Amino acid sequence: MTAIFPLWLIPALPFAGFLLNGILGRRLPKWLVTGIAILAPLGSFVVVLGNMFGMFGDMPWPIFLSSDFRVVENVGTWLNVGSLHVPFSFTLDHLSLLMLLVVTGVGFLIHLYSVGYMEHDGAYWRYFSYLNLFLFFMTVLVLSSNVLLMFVGWEGVGLASYLLIGFWYQKQSAADAGKKAFIVNRIGDFGFLIGIFLLIANFGTLTFSDMAVQVSANPALAGGVITTICLCLLVGATGKSAQLPLYVWLPDAMEGPTPVSALIHAATMVTAGVYMIARTHFLFDRSPYALSVVAIVGTLTALFAATMALVQTDIKRVLAYSTVSQLGYMFLGCGVAAYSAAIFHLMTHAFFKALLFLGAGSVIHAMAGEQDMRKMGGLRKKMPITFWTMTAAVFAISGIPGFSGFFSKDAILASAFADGSLGKVLWFVGAVTALLTAFYMFRLWYMTFFGSTRDEHAHPHESPLSMTVPLAILGVLSVCGGWVAIGGGFYRFLAPVLGPRPEEAGSMEYGLMGIAVALAALGWYIAHRLYHQKPGSAQALAEAMPATYKILLRKYYVDEIYAVLLVKPLLMLSRFVLEWVVDFAILGGLAWLLGGTATLGGAILQRWQSGNLRSYAAWLALGAAALLLFLIFGHAMGQNFAIAVRY
Amino acid sequence: MELILFLIFAAICVAGAVNLLLQTHPINSALSLIVVMTSLAVLYLLLGAEFLAAAQIIVYAGAIMVLFTFVVMLLNAGREERTLGSKAARIVGFPAVAALMAVLATVIIRTQGLGVSSMGSGVTSTTELSTELFTKLLLPFEVTSVLVLIAVLGAVALARHGSGEGAGK
Amino acid sequence: MNALHGAVPIAWYLILSALLFSLGVVGFLIKRNLITVFMSIELMLNGVNLSFVAFAHQWHQAKGQIFVFFVMMVAAAEAAVGLAIIIAVFRARATLAVDRIDLMKL
Repeated sequence: MTAIFPLWLIPALPFAGFLLNGILGRRLPKWLVTGIAILAPLGSFVVVLGNMFGMFGDMPWPIFLSSDFRVVENVGTWLNVGSLHVPFSFTLDHLSLLMLLVVTGVGFLIHLYSVGYMEHDGAYWRYFSYLNLFLFFMTVLVLSSNVLLMFVGWEGVGLASYLLIGFWYQKQSAADAGKKAFIVNRIGDFGFLIGIFLLIANFGTLTFSDMAVQVSANPALAGGVITTICLCLLVGATGKSAQLPLYVWLPDAMEGPTPVSALIHAATMVTAGVYMIARTHFLFDRSPYALSVVAIVGTLTALFAATMALVQTDIKRVLAYSTVSQLGYMFLGCGVAAYSAAIFHLMTHAFFKALLFLGAGSVIHAMAGEQDMRKMGGLRKKMPITFWTMTAAVFAISGIPGFSGFFSKDAILASAFADGSLGKVLWFVGAVTALLTAFYMFRLWYMTFFGSTRDEHAHPHESPLSMTVPLAILGVLSVCGGWVAIGGGFYRFLAPVLGPRPEEAGSMEYGLMGIAVALAALGWYIAHRLYHQKPGSAQALAEAMPATYKILLRKYYVDEIYAVLLVKPLLMLSRFVLEWVVDFAILGGLAWLLGGTATLGGAILQRWQSGNLRSYAAWLALGAAALLLFLIFGHAMGQNFAIAVRY
Repeated sequence: MELILFLIFAAICVAGAVNLLLQTHPINSALSLIVVMTSLAVLYLLLGAEFLAAAQIIVYAGAIMVLFTFVVMLLNAGREERTLGSKAARIVGFPAVAALMAVLATVIIRTQGLGVSSMGSGVTSTTELSTELFTKLLLPFEVTSVLVLIAVLGAVALARHGSGEGAGK
Repeated sequence: MNALHGAVPIAWYLILSALLFSLGVVGFLIKRNLITVFMSIELMLNGVNLSFVAFAHQWHQAKGQIFVFFVMMVAAAEAAVGLAIIIAVFRARATLAVDRIDLMKL
């Protein structure tokens, strides 16, 4: 099967946008920069849609859900080393199609939003070239048919993320946050790389489909090696998807512009870890141990991040911890082998979390850069569109029935409950997390939009059309995005790639659903009590439990612990061992020796360079004569030498 | 006959070249260089290169040397002045160049042998030359014309540029 | 024609060409006037040209002569640019003495 439009167009268009804006952007007029930046993701989105309709256009609705298709496009050869062949090839199947729709679709909306949000920024063109670069790498990551090309995209989105977090590099904290994200991700990438090496050693190929064939042809393949590979891949995934223990970079990444947080640090890049696990699910399926590790990591992250989100006052940081927490849910889904449920949550999360960030951006924009929720309030009347769309997103993430988050979160929790005795524990923790999620999201909602205006200087206003239109579209998606799973259509769609959904809890599911809804409602009620009815009572509660409050506020001191345990020893090592011994003594001494020799030689040779034309000519003639002599007599000498050697 | 012609014009040639060195005024040097080039043209004729003999007269003795004399007169260059460096160059230079000459002669005699290999015969006609030049070597030929054009432009630019900048020094 | 040819060995031409070349080198080294130095370069080129023509004659090949033709073209271009440089130098330094033009160092 071949694609209607060539697949390479999907990453190529944003790359062209990156090149055009990155090289010429400074000189181009603003409308042209905007045009290029907007058209690139739109073009990619159209190519994806075109391919989808080309594939399914003539099929009636229910049949296409179960139709099997897979398009592999070979663009060229990359590596051909011995028995290892790594081509530049792209795969379009159900999973990558869905991811591409999310990445390019949401990506396009966020580009559109950025036009309004970044309007007054001096480095407008630089921002959009980075954003296009990100889309290029993200689509490469999603489309690649082998692990190595995926790694290229993986590293590339890391680079784009670094560039965009540190976009306002004049600000020290932003530059630091960029570096932190990059370095923490590097730790994860190290695990991923080891995993890739192990894959090469054990399979001799890096192409997903070939590996899947090998795994299915060899039922005995299980245990140690596979578990090691899976755990290495998991380390990579925890880095990119901000899971325990490598989540620390994501909250700091909020230093970047808000649309960046929405696109990269909520909707797309951070879900790459989930996508990677889903792609390599045939490996994880063979290793129950690795799967439980994934599930436990995910659940703990979900709970841990949710508790930290409870007390944050920076609106973006609440959302950041919430993102970490929701990613934990996706990992839980992967860990109980409910990959399609995890991907489902990935999709709905992309909608509502992008919307939450964009709404928060709209609020921040209106409050002239203020991010502290304690200074907001009463914005409901002044920004109706932002309020109503945000409300949809808050309802969705809290799991209010009918909204998209309800379906996906419920699917993950139900799968967890059905997964043995460990699953029951995980389900319980997940359910508690759902309560916390509802609480902190409604807390945000009340603090931002209700009550009275707390800052007298601000003059909030509704955002321009280019910002409200994406909000509205994402709002609709946040409400309706979950309906695709009613009747199981969504799972059947992904089944050819990810396998059928595991056994469900059956009638138990409705009971679980009821519990989840009750917990969400409870969270809402508590937030309503604490932040709406008696606004002072939250303060009182915090004062009643000062230790807990402090620990939560300081995020469990994780950054401080990492600083003491890892960063300080490393710094000591680099400062004393590397700086004094290696750098000063060895490298410095060597450099001094080389430099001294060169200086001395130069001082002698300087006499040569007299500036006198005549002496130059004399040297030239001498050189020519010497060359001539060598050609005539050196040849004979060489022959003599050769003869002498022979005998 | 040919030997006599060769000896006469080779002698004129060498005498002109030596005169070029001995004269101290540039215009005398230029005139003796013209003598060298003209006698070289005769030697080309002896070697059967009719076209080159004509070109030698027109391009070298005509165009290039006219340019030289023109510049000599334009700049009103006077006699050379003696400096310490020039004396040193004389002392070191003459033996060195004599050695170079010796090396070259040795090489030639080693490879050719004195008087052993006789000359080939015949004249390379202009037709033969132009056929080669305008069929196989058309592209290099055209490239040379571009080169000459560039040289003309460069010369104009250099001469003009210098007048604006060097006035104050 | 044949009676005229064949009498002079090729080596004689070559030695004459070497002599002219060496005299050019000497001129380059000892002359103190920039223009004369430039003339010495032309002398060297002519010496080399002679050996080209001699070889072309020996092997009866047109290629040697074509080479000389191209050398002439290049020499013409070189003379034009070189003399323009000399004029520029003279304007800047008001001298043509080689020893005074020694700015070609660091």
